Amino acid sequence: MAKTDEKMIVNGKRIDDRELEETRPITIKVGVVNRATGSASVRFGNTEAIASVYGPRELFPRWMQESETGILRCRYNMAPFSVDDRKSPGPDRRSVELSKVIRLALEQATFLEDFPKATIDVFIEILQADGSTRVTGINAASLALADAGVPMKDLVTACSVGKIDGKLVVDLNGKEDNNSEIDLAFAMMGTKKKVTLLQMDGIVTKAELVKLIKLAEQTCEKIYEMQKKSLKEKFKRV
Amino acid sequence: MTEAVKEEKVDVVVPGEFISEKAGRKVGQGAYYEGEKVFAEVLGIPRINENEIFVIPLSGVYVPDVDDKVIGCIKAVEISGWSVDINSPYLAFLPLSEGVAGFVDSHKDDLSRFFDVGDMIFCKISKCTKSKTIQVSMRVIGAKKLYDGITIKVTPSKIPRIIGKNGSMISLIKQKTVCDIIAGQNGVIWIRGEDKAKAIEAILKIERESHRIGLTERIEGMFV
Amino acid sequence: MEERYALELIEKNKRIDDRKFEDFRPITIEQGIIQKAEGSARVKLGDTEIIAGVKMNIGEPFSDTPNEGILIVNSEFTPLASPDFESGPPGEDAVELSRVVDRGLRESKCIELEKLCITPGEKVWAVFIDIHIINHQGNLLDCAALAAIAALLKAKMPKIVDEKIVREDYEKDLPVVAKPITITVCKVGDKFIVDPILEEENILDSKLTIAVMDDDRICALQKQGKREFDIDDIEKMVNIAIKKSGELRKLLD
Repeated sequence: MAKTDEKMIVNGKRIDDRELEETRPITIKVGVVNRATGSASVRFGNTEAIASVYGPRELFPRWMQESETGILRCRYNMAPFSVDDRKSPGPDRRSVELSKVIRLALEQATFLEDFPKATIDVFIEILQADGSTRVTGINAASLALADAGVPMKDLVTACSVGKIDGKLVVDLNGKEDNNSEIDLAFAMMGTKKKVTLLQMDGIVTKAELVKLIKLAEQTCEKIYEMQKKSLKEKFKRV
Repeated sequence: MTEAVKEEKVDVVVPGEFISEKAGRKVGQGAYYEGEKVFAEVLGIPRINENEIFVIPLSGVYVPDVDDKVIGCIKAVEISGWSVDINSPYLAFLPLSEGVAGFVDSHKDDLSRFFDVGDMIFCKISKCTKSKTIQVSMRVIGAKKLYDGITIKVTPSKIPRIIGKNGSMISLIKQKTVCDIIAGQNGVIWIRGEDKAKAIEAILKIERESHRIGLTERIEGMFV
Repeated sequence: MEERYALELIEKNKRIDDRKFEDFRPITIEQGIIQKAEGSARVKLGDTEIIAGVKMNIGEPFSDTPNEGILIVNSEFTPLASPDFESGPPGEDAVELSRVVDRGLRESKCIELEKLCITPGEKVWAVFIDIHIINHQGNLLDCAALAAIAALLKAKMPKIVDEKIVREDYEKDLPVVAKPITITVCKVGDKFIVDPILEEENILDSKLTIAVMDDDRICALQKQGKREFDIDDIEKMVNIAIKKSGELRKLLD
């Protein structure tokens, strides 16, 4: 998607009619891939991610095993039809980097020491990309890990915040992402508030950064409540 | 006429959720503590009693523990024993001395005549090291090779519910379906007999609804 | 084991090579060392050594920026630099390093990409920055980012004669108008250090890489490392980065 000259904020409302600090409609479903040990799908507006977790399972080749602790492996991938210009299948540099940072974001909350020599494999597929794909993927993956019964210190909750047309906003969609002055991805442990992912592009003053982090924390608190509710609801009614 | 569905208050906790103050109690499976506060580490049902705080996971793989009775499948015949798949991220080993009573000359005898690849056995976890090297043994009362029948897998944490208090639930199913049923703590259940399909249906129903009240009545209702 | 020793020292407010927490190792910057490249620099942070080379080619612009030149950053974790590096395509660490260095350069707009347009919509200059790790003794990212900007600052643009590039006959300098500096601040326990050597890298909890512009605004952030940090740590680490970036920027004058 190209940069446009279009104004991103008109009369205090964003192009999709949202308030500055309003997230897009969020839908969460837990247990969507029944072959997987755990799974979940999360939608933020038109961005949709599915995550599956397999394991803990024995790790091969053996030389990769850590005798004291398990490992977490993560693959973030965008489906070819998820974007405007078809994306060739297979990993590109962006997917490689995002797979790494997402893995670290989840690993920090997982009790890997409980599974020496084993691996927990996390697969994230972005089915529709309209901005903020990595944080949508992290929200789905964290739910999938809980659904799989993997011991975790906390759920991991993520959101994007940024600056468009001079104003600080939350949950950037695709167009806003491309035309933003600042685009920041943030993930934290839902209740412990420890930061597990932080990436930013753009130009920000220190003061703006402090404000953005606060906004991100508050937004994550709301998303955490939704994650918690979806997990509990899976077992309420049969 | 539509039945009114009762919203049952199920006390499910998510990872990271606060359960209780430690107050000198043991923190068991599915929970962890920081200082005096105990939190859940898995999605499950918390249990608090005067000695222990733990969480029954609603899902998750089988993590072996010493003395567990499990159903395994022989994966390979090795030089001095057999490797056994116990439905876990960890492969177990059944040493010759733990599988067969009496002297066996492993140079002369072909070990597969005792246990061959694909055989199902009901055995006990005899050793489990910190880095999860697992050893099983057949030299326990009740251990045996399982002939014929079929096996199904359920979430290991549901096994206690499937067995029931003093074995009441599993006995009910055995009786009503005229089947032999053995439930391993590793989530593997062996069934042999007449109405296997009905037995499986009942077992899967318990697995799905294990956290809801009135389960015993609903299972009994299946056999009317 | 040196790593355990490094951790013990930090807990006692010391470091294994006697530095203060906010000290960098001795830094040397040499520019213009590779004749065949349009720009180049060798940077050493202590024993960590990286060479960055700038090569320019003519290419097609991206469809959404038809009047702008292209910037591509690539890095090689060459096997000669460390027993842990293997031959083959870039692994995730090499990809991450390239992309974070790229962000610092791109978001700060240090290269005037509009001045690299030859024929709008058809031909533009492509600036390739290749980062070659020569010796890995910790803190590759800060070293690489410094080498990249050092190479760019003295880079020259080749001439175009009869639609062909004539190298080594330089017309003018590459239009570089800013000096973004990347500082990675590391958390060990409850302490913050900069420029970790290899032993320290293996025991630190988490790191935040911060790219700082000439006016102290921040143009890139990347959290790395296996452990988490507190929300309040962010501002502390940014403060340290802003302070150190000023010192490093002076070395490029």
